[in-house]
Amino acid sequence: MSIMEGTGVSISFGGLKAVSDVKFNVEEGEILGLIGPNGAGKSTFFNLLSGALTMDSGTVYFCGKKISGLKPNQICHLGLGRTFQAAKNFPGMVVYQNVMMGALFGKKGRSAAEAAKITDEVLDFVGLTELKDKNVTDIPLSAQKQLEVARALATRPKLLLLDEVMAGLNPTEVEDAMKLITRIRDSGITVIMIEHVMRAIMTICDRIIVLHHGAKIAEGTPDEISTSRTVIEIYLGES
Amino acid sequence: MSKTNDRGGARIKQQIIPIVIVAVLFGLSFLTRTGSALRPSYYVVLFVSILNYIVLAVSWNIFSGPSGYISLSTAAFFGLGIYVSALLGEKLPVPLLMIVAGVISFAIAAIIGVITLRLRGVYFTIFTFGLVLLLQYFILWYEVKFNNLRGRTVMAVPYNTVFICLLILAGIVLIAAYYVKRSRFGMALTGIGECEDAAAHIGVNTTMVKVIAFAATSFAIGASGAAKATTMIYIDPPIAFNVMMSFMPVLMVIFGGAGSFLGPIIGAIVFTLLQEQLTTKWPKWYMIIFGVVMIISIVFLPKGLVGSFGEMVGKRKKLLLIAATAVFMVVGFIFTKLLAAAGTNIGGLVFPLLFGIIGFVIFANVLKRGKEAA
Ligand SMILES: Nc1ncnc2c1ncn2[C@@H]1O[C@H](COP(=O)(O)OP(=O)(O)OP(=O)(O)O)[C@@H](O)[C@H]1O
Ligand SMILES: [Mg+2]
Repeated sequence: MSIMEGTGVSISFGGLKAVSDVKFNVEEGEILGLIGPNGAGKSTFFNLLSGALTMDSGTVYFCGKKISGLKPNQICHLGLGRTFQAAKNFPGMVVYQNVMMGALFGKKGRSAAEAAKITDEVLDFVGLTELKDKNVTDIPLSAQKQLEVARALATRPKLLLLDEVMAGLNPTEVEDAMKLITRIRDSGITVIMIEHVMRAIMTICDRIIVLHHGAKIAEGTPDEISTSRTVIEIYLGES
Repeated sequence: MSKTNDRGGARIKQQIIPIVIVAVLFGLSFLTRTGSALRPSYYVVLFVSILNYIVLAVSWNIFSGPSGYISLSTAAFFGLGIYVSALLGEKLPVPLLMIVAGVISFAIAAIIGVITLRLRGVYFTIFTFGLVLLLQYFILWYEVKFNNLRGRTVMAVPYNTVFICLLILAGIVLIAAYYVKRSRFGMALTGIGECEDAAAHIGVNTTMVKVIAFAATSFAIGASGAAKATTMIYIDPPIAFNVMMSFMPVLMVIFGGAGSFLGPIIGAIVFTLLQEQLTTKWPKWYMIIFGVVMIISIVFLPKGLVGSFGEMVGKRKKLLLIAATAVFMVVGFIFTKLLAAAGTNIGGLVFPLLFGIIGFVIFANVLKRGKEAA
């Protein structure tokens, strides 16, 4: 069953078609990879799904509801969580409070006690409990990436958009991030992840979509994508 | 264990501060007995100014402090309040004037907010400042063209009445400030200030939070203008929409300390005392002294009085800082007496305050450096 479907999703910046006529669907419970060269429009695509940007044309349905045109907070309340490529956090708050913000505002009518319980669970789940009283500026990059994920998880999403949570991590940390994403999926949350770390994408994704110059140029299982001529040409052509 | 104790303690403290606020304001209300309706005491007159500025500074800080949306519209809503009293002062009692002014300010702020709070950073600030000038010139044009007059007289109300009305308004604003800071709404405002995108994507309705906070605090500012107007006798658009009323609350908050509850209150009290005495006795020096104090405080006390005080590590340093400030203030008193003996009479508190500020600045920086060296 699809949890999200979209057709004709497009946006231009001036003359640049950043995302152009993308048709896609996301199956409930899968990890969907989103790859493509730098500037392909991947982050812009996430911004359209999460409501940060308004699409020029196209429609997106999430759990049967039309979300194109809604504001980020409304889309969040319907169950979509996201992280940002360049980590965005609340620098005046400690790690715990950052996650607490997600828990407090992620659903309407959630009590403070409930939010505190969710915060503890999520911190434990991503492995940040030991750093919970630290300033966000004092924690290492890998922890900042985990914090991005934790804050999104604290809203209790059905679908989670991860934008390059492995960028800048060392191989051990990438390994941990892969395990974390798999555990997120196993806990019942559907995941779309943007990633340049091919090993991670090929290992944990059920399906992959390839964007190039804003357009979807390929879609398939990791095996299909890694043997696709067009994809190889684009990646080899770029490097 | 300790965690639950902390929470219990916090809960008790949560009730204590509002009770203290009410008790202090109730105590102040007895000041009306020091004068009569026709001859108000000096303290009542002074406190009308102090309370007015407390309302403006604390209201400004409820919205702009955490959200980072620096509003310069205070003079606009204050001026609207003044005009409500000028137009309706003969028909309505002060509390009703305040409510009418508050409602009008709320409505206009809500409309302005919906339009402009999408603007980020300096654009919002400039727009709010433009609003002051727009209202000033529009009303001037309207009055001259349609009513053939430039200014208006405002129905005078006994100071004691205005004082009590502002006392109640200040009480409401202070208690609101206290609870908002600790509420979910306050956390949303802080989240908006620290990272608006992150806040929006975890479910904060950023537009609504901003508009409500901006409009509600504008209500208080308009109400304060309506009350203060009844002591002003004559007003015209440049007086009512005096741009200084937009800057003063911001400066008071910066001086006192934006992050704290007491900061804006202390800033409002100190600046009002300086202003009241300097404008009557040293009008030419007023803005210069004021500017110097601001520059010193921004350079040497970037977190404001209360913020710098909070940076002192340990009770000993805190006490030392208070003692040093007190000594400097006493020296200021003696200096005032000496000047008076020499024939120059400068109002009671100007030098104690200025000396106190100098003492605080010096010791706060020395004591802080001591910490870094250790
Ligand atoms: N708000 C914006 N205004 C104008 N142009 C934009 C905006 N956001 C993105 N772009 C442009 O759209 C194109 C796609 O950008 P996007 O960030 O989506 O790429 P990406 O696939 O995420 O790349 P990367 O892998 O480097 O993160 C780029 O050319 C970018 O410069
Ligand atoms: Mg990107």
